[in-house]
Amino acid sequence: MQELSMNILDIVENSTRAGATLVRIGITEDRTNDILRIEISDNGEGMDPDVARKALDPFYTSKTVRRVGLGLPLLSHAAKITGGRCTIESKKGKGTAVTADFGYRHIDRQPLGDLPTTMTTMIAGNPGVDFVYTHLSEGESYLLDTREVKNELEDVPINHPTVIQFLKENIRDGLKEIGAGY
Amino acid sequence: MAKLKIEDLKKIKERVQGETALRAGERRVKVTVHMGTCGIAAGAREVMDTLMSEIEEAGVNDVVVTTSGCMGLCSREPEITVEILGQNPILYEFMNPNKMRQVFKRHILEGEVQTPFVLAKVTE
Repeated sequence: MQELSMNILDIVENSTRAGATLVRIGITEDRTNDILRIEISDNGEGMDPDVARKALDPFYTSKTVRRVGLGLPLLSHAAKITGGRCTIESKKGKGTAVTADFGYRHIDRQPLGDLPTTMTTMIAGNPGVDFVYTHLSEGESYLLDTREVKNELEDVPINHPTVIQFLKENIRDGLKEIGAGY
Repeated sequence: MAKLKIEDLKKIKERVQGETALRAGERRVKVTVHMGTCGIAAGAREVMDTLMSEIEEAGVNDVVVTTSGCMGLCSREPEITVEILGQNPILYEFMNPNKMRQVFKRHILEGEVQTPFVLAKVTE
C-alpha cells in the first residue's frame, strides 16, 4: 500500500464483510505529541478472542479463496515501522475496533493520501452501510455522517455519481479548511 | 468545525430528482470493482473513482457500480467485471484509469468488448 488511506479502505472492507451497518472512522493528527492515530470501529459480527489474536498474522485468513490475509498485517507493519502499533479489540456479536498509532513525523510514516476518494469509494461501494468520519487536526475538526446525508437526500441514492462527486469535493474542502496534513 | 452544507445537498437532491424523473431507466449494466487488499494495493480505488466520474460526466443513469472482495486472482489486479443485461459477464484485468475510460466509452456505452484487456469471459 502506498498510502494509509488505502489501508483504511481495506480495513473498512473487513467491517462491511462482517455485516456492519455502521462504521466509524477517526483520524487524529496530534502534531504536538507526534502521533497520528487511525481508528476504525464497526458494529459487525465481531471475532472470538482466538481469531482476534490471529488476525495480525499474515498467514491467517477467514476466507477460502486463498491462504493469506494481508489487510491487517499491512496496517500493523506500517504502524510498527514508525515506532507505533496496531491493536484490535473485538467482541463476538458486538463489533470490532482497530486502532493504529503512527509516529507523525517519522520518515517511514506513509502519507495519509487521498482520503476524499477513499471515503467516497467506500460510500459508493456500500450504499447500505453508514459511515461516520471524524478528522481532528490540532483542535480543528471535520465531520461527515452519511446518516445525515441520507436523511437529507430522501429517495435519491447516496451512491448516485453526482452525490458522490459532491461528497468528494466537500470532504476535500473540509479537510483543507481544518488544515489536515498529509 | 467543518461540516457538510445542507443547502448544497438540497440543490443536488433537486437536480438528481429531476434527472431520474426524465429517464427512469432500467439497470442496464452492472460493473463490479474487485476491492480486496490486493486490488486496493494495485490501484482499484483510482479505477473506481475514474468510473464514477465517467458515469457522472456522461450523465447516464442505467449503470450501477458495486465492489467485491478478492476472488483469488490477485496477480492480475485491478480487476473489474462488466455485466450487460442479457450478455455473459466480462472480466477485465490489469485495469487503470485510462483503460477504465476506454472500457466505459467503448464497452459499457457502445457494447464493444475491449478484447486486449479481457482476462475471461464468464460463462455459466
